Amino acid sequence: MTPSTKPAPVPVPVGPSRGARQERRLGLLLCAPAVIVMLAVTAYPIGYALYLSLQRYDLRFPDQAHWVGLANYGAVLTSPFWWQALGVTVLVTAVSVAIELVLGLALALVMHRAVFGRGTVRTAVLVPYGIVTVVAAYSWQYAWTPGTGYLAALLPEGSAPLTEQWPAVGLIILAEVWKTTPFMALLLLAGLALVPEETVRAAMVDGASFGQRLRLVILPLMKPAILVALLFRTLDAFRIFDNIYVLTGGSNGTGSVSILGYDNLFTALNLGIGSAISVLIFVCVALIALVFVKLFGAATPGAEPERR
Amino acid sequence: MSGKHARELTGWGIANLVVVLYALFPVWWIVALSFKDPSTLSDGAFVPRRWTLANYRGIFQTSEFTRALVNSIGIAVIATTVAVVLGTMAAYAVARLRFPGKRLLIGVSLLIAMFPPISLVSPLFDIERALGLFDTWPGLIIPYMTFSLPLAIYTLSAFFREIPWDLEKAAKVDGATPWQAFRLVIAPLAAPGVFTTGILVFIFCWNDFLFAISLTSTTSARTVPAAIAFFTGSSQFEQPTGSIAAAAVIITIPIVVFVLLFQRRIVAGLTAGAVKG
Repeated sequence: MTPSTKPAPVPVPVGPSRGARQERRLGLLLCAPAVIVMLAVTAYPIGYALYLSLQRYDLRFPDQAHWVGLANYGAVLTSPFWWQALGVTVLVTAVSVAIELVLGLALALVMHRAVFGRGTVRTAVLVPYGIVTVVAAYSWQYAWTPGTGYLAALLPEGSAPLTEQWPAVGLIILAEVWKTTPFMALLLLAGLALVPEETVRAAMVDGASFGQRLRLVILPLMKPAILVALLFRTLDAFRIFDNIYVLTGGSNGTGSVSILGYDNLFTALNLGIGSAISVLIFVCVALIALVFVKLFGAATPGAEPERR
Repeated sequence: MSGKHARELTGWGIANLVVVLYALFPVWWIVALSFKDPSTLSDGAFVPRRWTLANYRGIFQTSEFTRALVNSIGIAVIATTVAVVLGTMAAYAVARLRFPGKRLLIGVSLLIAMFPPISLVSPLFDIERALGLFDTWPGLIIPYMTFSLPLAIYTLSAFFREIPWDLEKAAKVDGATPWQAFRLVIAPLAAPGVFTTGILVFIFCWNDFLFAISLTSTTSARTVPAAIAFFTGSSQFEQPTGSIAAAAVIITIPIVVFVLLFQRRIVAGLTAGAVKG
């Protein structure tokens, strides 16, 4: 997997010039530490997770660890908890990314067009992006806790939204949308900046309304940026953990797959089952990425370094 | 015409205001909570009725929070430094040099940018316990720098492509080796991009929660986000709401400072890495 295992370009008629050879050596040398670190800390552990997932490995009885083949996967995939968590994760991902796309686009348009107060808006918007997720999650949690929160006070007497499944999922989505819409908006803003001003003005001269300009001119030109933003956010939303951990702890059927994996590892102390869940989540994420790249042709950022 | 113009300006002004309120009201709420007197903590008021610093005094009295704050700062600073140094080297190569395996490097970092951290928690938990890294600073620094490397490489290579490379060529004509050109000509030009990337990476490390609760067990390496989740009230009948709110506000301060001082740079950095082409 390291760059050096790739076959070197064979035909070297006179031998590459000294400069080119030096350049190649320097290139590999400069990349080597980053590549080694990334592979050592991800490739090796994911391989190890695969190995652990094929074992019966309970941390309370580490001596009794033994090979069980695919039994852990069987246990996870036949468990209603896995499907429940997967359902919640997919729901939260789909709904929050959809809302973020619309809100983010609106936000990007405001930031793009703002005549005054541009700096203020951008500064304000960076706060949700930068704030620690756990901090924001506590803010929401206290806001919705009856007796403590100003938002809970707006609800009918006696309702505790965080303790009921669907209201809680809705609030998790709300917290997620609040935190990550600015990031989406900034990615879209960059795409918006690539839309040539003359094209939009030409459409305006031709009498296109704002809606038409947006739908027929701006959005198609922004498609690459939108796809990249969607890909990033979908994969990010799929691993949702912090917000759920703080808001509900995953109780009442609000846990995501990441919460399920964590609980199996650190509450049930079952490293075998936990690892099987880890591997399954990894597979899900890989599938999502594959769908985006193959189906929608999302260009992976940085994939065309020779474009410039 | 001027009437229409004024209306438009008002429209955008209102839109701006809505955005600012949207972004800030949950932040204000946690700030308000942190300044509430313990007796009024559960009154649900949006503005504290009795202001007090008691919550802040409370968290700074025990080592539970101060220790976590030291951990958070130390771990984030070290992880950021290492990630930015390694990222700068790799990004320079990606942006400037021709060498085999470049696409592979980009592919691998993209893969890691998308990696679900929970998938690494179980193996890392086991590996780190075997290596004695569990519940230590390096035990958190290693995953943090790894997961921020893709971010660093993307952002930096995007910045590096903007640099006037003719200067490098000129240096080479004057007899500098590629390494000298990198060190003496390009590094100073690249400093702003490197700095911006450092901020983004720091925010990333500062934010982490999953690794922080999974790979620590005591206060010796637990960072603030994780420590907050383990806060207990000063008596068993008391909710730690005030302490949590105060600690939350403290760790938000660096973020707000960065955003206020470097808004332009952060926006440039975030957009440069992600959408090019």
